[in-house]
Amino acid sequence: MLADFMTRAVLAGVGVALAAAPLGSFVVWRRMAYFGDATAHAAILGVALSLALQVSIFAGAMAVALVMALTVTVLSGRGYAMDTLLGVLAHSALAFGLVAVSFLSGIRIDLMAYLFGDILAVSRGDLAVIWGGAALVVGLIGWRWSALLTATLNAELAHASGIDPRREQLVLTLALAITVAVAIKVVGVLLIAAMLIIPAAAARPLARTPEQMALTAAVLGSGSAIAGLRAAYVFDTPAGPSIVCVAALVFLATSLLDGLRSGQSR
Amino acid sequence: MSLIAAESLSAGYGAEPVLRDVSFTIAPGEIVTVVGPNGSGKTTLLRALIGALRPAAGRIRRKPGLRVGYVPQTLHIDPTLPMTVDRFLRLPGRSSRAACAAALESAGVPDLLQRQMAGLSGGQFQRVLLARALIETPDLLLLDEATQGLDQPGSAAFYTRIDQVRHDTGCAVLMISHELHVVMSASDRVICLNGHVCCQGTPAVVSAAPEYRALFGSGTGGALALYRHDHDHDHDDPATEAAE
Repeated sequence: MLADFMTRAVLAGVGVALAAAPLGSFVVWRRMAYFGDATAHAAILGVALSLALQVSIFAGAMAVALVMALTVTVLSGRGYAMDTLLGVLAHSALAFGLVAVSFLSGIRIDLMAYLFGDILAVSRGDLAVIWGGAALVVGLIGWRWSALLTATLNAELAHASGIDPRREQLVLTLALAITVAVAIKVVGVLLIAAMLIIPAAAARPLARTPEQMALTAAVLGSGSAIAGLRAAYVFDTPAGPSIVCVAALVFLATSLLDGLRSGQSR
Repeated sequence: MSLIAAESLSAGYGAEPVLRDVSFTIAPGEIVTVVGPNGSGKTTLLRALIGALRPAAGRIRRKPGLRVGYVPQTLHIDPTLPMTVDRFLRLPGRSSRAACAAALESAGVPDLLQRQMAGLSGGQFQRVLLARALIETPDLLLLDEATQGLDQPGSAAFYTRIDQVRHDTGCAVLMISHELHVVMSASDRVICLNGHVCCQGTPAVVSAAPEYRALFGSGTGGALALYRHDHDHDHDDPATEAAE
């Protein structure tokens, strides 16, 4: 029988998976994987700051994630060597965050809970934040869907249709910051990018249109969250990493399926 | 009233503008070609016209409510992005499925609707790009080296089709091309660009202009004639009307 904390954990996992699916699809299409990583890693600094300033962790993590995402967006527009820059930013943000946490000697803090998530300790209040954030992200992306898709396809094509690609990039940046903030509790900062990318990548071989890919990613991500929690319960493994492991196995399965299919058609 | 006009337009990417003091207008129903050597600012001009690049000086005036159809030079679709022809045609828009089917029909590729964009041949891809640009009945069609990757009969067929589109819908066409001889004879007017407008006029006037010859050499002056010679072997090509 699922205990009540398990029900809340499942709801939290599914909430994050639903927000991560459409956003993750754009992250994959626009090759922003490392960008997602950098934003997520920066959130640990936000956690440290919000503990020190005694504000909500959600707000602190989101603010720092947003600053990081905007910084990267502005710098990428100026033609810096992006993978080097992102490598520098992602890991230094993480390192500064960890160092900042160690200064908080007065507060008892379970660092692991922020690095790998603490989904089994999700409260009703956390659930409200997670589902509220997820609804915001899905609403934002749904509202801009066609414009985002056109801007992803080709910036000039977007301009000619009266769409400003920079504005759409900003929408994604904002959605990313919200997602990072709500996902910390579920999978932790180290594995947020995995929740974004793996279900979307797993959905790719099954989809014929962008919409199908985002919906399939939502189904696969939610399924991974449920199955991963079940596995964590049965095998007594850490919940966040177990969810990501299941998602990775799903990715492997759909990739093999795709390989078989294209092998047959050859 | 003109559809779009550049007034003393200067634009570029760094301190040094690529375009200096460029002025021209495009009237309804006109086919205008911009020719110029590499680095002459052809693509910069097109980017400024669609609003992707802010002018450093001067301005671009558009007729209010101007509908622009744009065919990019290349369109790389990331392999992670699944995209059927049908979905692509309805981006970003509100076009109905019937309109998409009709657009493909008139582009001569009626069976592609459910195919993946990534699986199309170069010629099919180009037709789909053009069909998408035409789907919302633009007043002005902008083509950036639209025949790149097509072979010679392919690009000749493409220009024939452009002329027919103009004939059927009355839209104006502005195109950029390096295929001087084919493009120029399909145009009403040619703008020779090299950072600034060197000369403009009918194809015959431009190809005889000393500025044009200085840029492209006298060899291409004969290219127009060469194209006309080619054309003698083709008996029902509507592009001849535009070559007058």
